[in-house]
Amino acid sequence: MHLLLGVGDPDDGLRALEATVSRARTTGDDLTVAVYSDGDPSLDDLAATVRDRLDTLEFDAAVERIEGDPGGTLVDLAERETIDRIVLPGGQRSPLGKIRLDRVTEFVLLNAPISVTLIR
Amino acid sequence: MTPEFPDEAVDGFPTPPQTFTDAEDRDIVIERAGESAHDDLREMYLDFNPEDRAQGIPPAREDAIDKWLDSVVTEDCLNVVAYHESDAVGHAMLVPDGLGSYELAIFVLRAYQGARIGTKLVRTLLGWGQQEGIEEVWLTVERWNDPAVRLYEKVGFETTDSQSFELEMGIRLA
Repeated sequence: MHLLLGVGDPDDGLRALEATVSRARTTGDDLTVAVYSDGDPSLDDLAATVRDRLDTLEFDAAVERIEGDPGGTLVDLAERETIDRIVLPGGQRSPLGKIRLDRVTEFVLLNAPISVTLIR
Repeated sequence: MTPEFPDEAVDGFPTPPQTFTDAEDRDIVIERAGESAHDDLREMYLDFNPEDRAQGIPPAREDAIDKWLDSVVTEDCLNVVAYHESDAVGHAMLVPDGLGSYELAIFVLRAYQGARIGTKLVRTLLGWGQQEGIEEVWLTVERWNDPAVRLYEKVGFETTDSQSFELEMGIRLA
């Protein structure tokens, strides 16, 4: 199976990266990591952080930079690259504990033609 | 994202404790969460109907319920509990969001819904919040949850963001 992981921030995104790598090692899945940024940190910095983490984890994965709209591009990438499943961080918690999905996650859930896994 | 709030303040809310008879003739007491609140609420949430969960809370498993209650039934949060006899049947809370405003949520056991307990809980909690000097309160609600949206509108909340899965609503207390 070929997984596409979306990483859009250094906290949730890197936690999701570690969880996904750890699972992909067991299952033998291929992994592509798509990195997008709202500007803080910059796309370059976040992509570098992701590459560093993959090196540290000694895991081989393609890293794609998303310059445009993250939701639309993730769905588009999934279709073009024969991806079997999109994986995304499972959202932030509100102060009193409600799960809040960001715009990218909402868009992908509604528009992806394949399975989407949210990591909680 | 920073929540937004209406310009006009809403006033005239009651403060806890409140005693009243609900639409089903049950005597209900609404009070500030006391020492037994955590245990009382654990019992209530163990009975909670899965359909009435909202955006992942209350959690389902007992240990997760305890952990969640530990995070919201604290000194810096405001919690009111509706009791019928000695059972907790409803719970509403205000939790600081770190930006100066407070997030509100409310849960009522299925058998006690539709009997005006929810409205009374929210109004009483807002009265207490007003007394404590809280100025801005927000919440999110699933957009298909009409009874909840109607309740919040009746109390005075206005929709401040309708762009995502959930509606965000806000009220100004001062």
